[in-house]
Amino acid sequence: MAWTKKILRVNLTDGVISAEPLNMEWAQQYLGQRGLATRYFVEEVDAQVGALSPDNKFIMATGPLTGTMASTGGRYSCITKSPLTGTIACSNSGGFFGAEMKNAGWDMIILEGKSPTPVYLYVENDQARLIPAEDLWGKSVWATDEEIHKKHQDPQIRIACVGRAAESGNLFAAVVNDLHRAAGRSGVGTVLASKNVKAVALRGTRGVGNIKDMKRFMDATFEHKKVLAANAVTGAGLPTYGTQVLMNVINELGALPTRNMREVRFEGAHSVSGEAMHEPRASDGKKNLTRNGGCFGCTIACGRISSVDRTHFSVKDKPQYWGNSGGLEYEAAWALGPDTGVDDLDALTYVNFLCNEDGIDPISFGATVAAAMELFEDGVITTEQTGGIELKFGSAEALVKIAELTARGEGFGKEIGLGSKRLCEKYGRPELSMTVKGQEFPAYDPRGIQGMGLTYATSNRGACHLRSYTVSSEVLGIPVKTDPLATDGKPELVIAFQDATAAVDSSGLCIFSTFAWSLDNIAPQIDAACEGDWSVEKCAEVGARIWQLERDFNMRAGLTAADDTLPKRLLKDAANVGPAEGKVCDLGAMLPKYYELRGWTTEGQLTPETRQRYGLPS
Amino acid sequence: MQITLKLYAHLGDLLPAGAKHNKAEIEVLESISLNELIDRFQIPRPMAHLVLVNGVFVCDRDRDQAFALKPNDAVAIWPPVAGG
Repeated sequence: MAWTKKILRVNLTDGVISAEPLNMEWAQQYLGQRGLATRYFVEEVDAQVGALSPDNKFIMATGPLTGTMASTGGRYSCITKSPLTGTIACSNSGGFFGAEMKNAGWDMIILEGKSPTPVYLYVENDQARLIPAEDLWGKSVWATDEEIHKKHQDPQIRIACVGRAAESGNLFAAVVNDLHRAAGRSGVGTVLASKNVKAVALRGTRGVGNIKDMKRFMDATFEHKKVLAANAVTGAGLPTYGTQVLMNVINELGALPTRNMREVRFEGAHSVSGEAMHEPRASDGKKNLTRNGGCFGCTIACGRISSVDRTHFSVKDKPQYWGNSGGLEYEAAWALGPDTGVDDLDALTYVNFLCNEDGIDPISFGATVAAAMELFEDGVITTEQTGGIELKFGSAEALVKIAELTARGEGFGKEIGLGSKRLCEKYGRPELSMTVKGQEFPAYDPRGIQGMGLTYATSNRGACHLRSYTVSSEVLGIPVKTDPLATDGKPELVIAFQDATAAVDSSGLCIFSTFAWSLDNIAPQIDAACEGDWSVEKCAEVGARIWQLERDFNMRAGLTAADDTLPKRLLKDAANVGPAEGKVCDLGAMLPKYYELRGWTTEGQLTPETRQRYGLPS
Repeated sequence: MQITLKLYAHLGDLLPAGAKHNKAEIEVLESISLNELIDRFQIPRPMAHLVLVNGVFVCDRDRDQAFALKPNDAVAIWPPVAGG
């Protein structure tokens, strides 16, 4: 349905659960999900709050198109203050959980305070209650999911929960829903666990409603699904190869960060690529990729369902991992593979399973292991710290052991759970941390794709590709090809992507739809579903407002312009091969113009005029 | 002269028999243009979306230029793809 116009508020400290109406004035300004939940968050939470304090809040939010018949309308987000970055955190996930929340009749669930004992929240339409979860504490995501389904004897319950990593205080723990879809980044799972909440389980049977003009909405969603089906990327490329098709593209381009971003090409890239996932294995003739999979309402279905070779060292004595489960996406494959120098597809797939099983962001995990490997090779840490693990670049055995420890929050895995920034600071080598604002980079080297350098430096949640995916334009030619090595025009490009992405996220649709759709396709669907006038221009303005609101929160939280930067390695050490050979990321050529276009002072603060233009709260 | 041809995603099936890891060493005339190479391997032109020579993108309008390649160049071609 479009907005249900209802919020479920759960005070965990005193156990009081209440329903309240959605602020429809804010809905017109911030649309839903990422934007609207952030508006609630900044209203209710002091930006200086400790992320793991009971005073932090945790919001699960849908968009107005979540749960509708709009293609890709299965998204929800977790909004909170991040323990990893100290910034606003907004992690978006697919699967079926978001649509279930909508079908239960809720736009958002706001969790506040802290439960005195472990609990899970169970919501069945209008009924919600906190249920003791001492028996679930200490269990993995997968075990918790199974137990809750058994307890309620209802296979159709949709569950989002945290694993042992979050319970152990791992700062990049994810919230995993539907077993292998995740609100993965920025440690949102860590916050949920800090509130003694193991899971949120939902059952919704109320169906779709509150669509402004049902006939127009059905016509619009039908027409624009045809666009997705006819597009070579969303109709063929993504379903067949998934996001992993990028591994060879980015490697060929000389922008594949390798061995903690020391290099920009990985000699083993093909072995861990989307194409390799289609090649029969020697042992049993099966492919790594079993099939593709789709989230609620999605007509793209880019998800990977994979299996590990049963004879592989990682699983040969562990039959519980012999079945099919969520396979490698590009970002995870990069972090676990090229960034650690490991070219073993089965090892990467197994570690990816572990990340799902115990709720770990594979990007931050892999990138932190890569930093630890550099610390190890430099002799800063030894087997004394790692518990005997030879933590060398390229070691699949080391990667697997560290993943098992990190999943359970044990041994050196506990230190990996600090994230790259804190780990490198602890051992006196902060320059080895490939992070922005404390969050680890994803899979694009900004020396070879300059716009991504500006994207990372200005992202409101630390280094992230999903805040403005200029790779689309700079590499893939969507919507138009731009030169990845040029800096001219990149501030404008980054801003356009940031604003459009904020609007798409806030609608409840998936950002991957934008490989075929622009706001010209998306705005008519929002407009047919939602009260008010939702033109392309208004959607873009709402996206810009959301960006400014997030920025304002971060500045209030204590961040400064000095945080809008990149590690020295990317600013000083030139790429060693490929088209970008001899180049660094020229952030200085882009950032001042970006500030100016955003309406910020040279110190990165919103000007009074900017605040007024977007009607931001004072 | 010899060059390396790399065809990815759905285009991988168009490589010569025996090609491994989506690439093959092939002989071409020094005068060859990229579009002649694309046609020789029966790649539908709209499917030659992303064409990189040694990692550098070559846009559609430059693909008819003769003598576009040097010995040992690597030409990599993808249909429209995306990820993230």
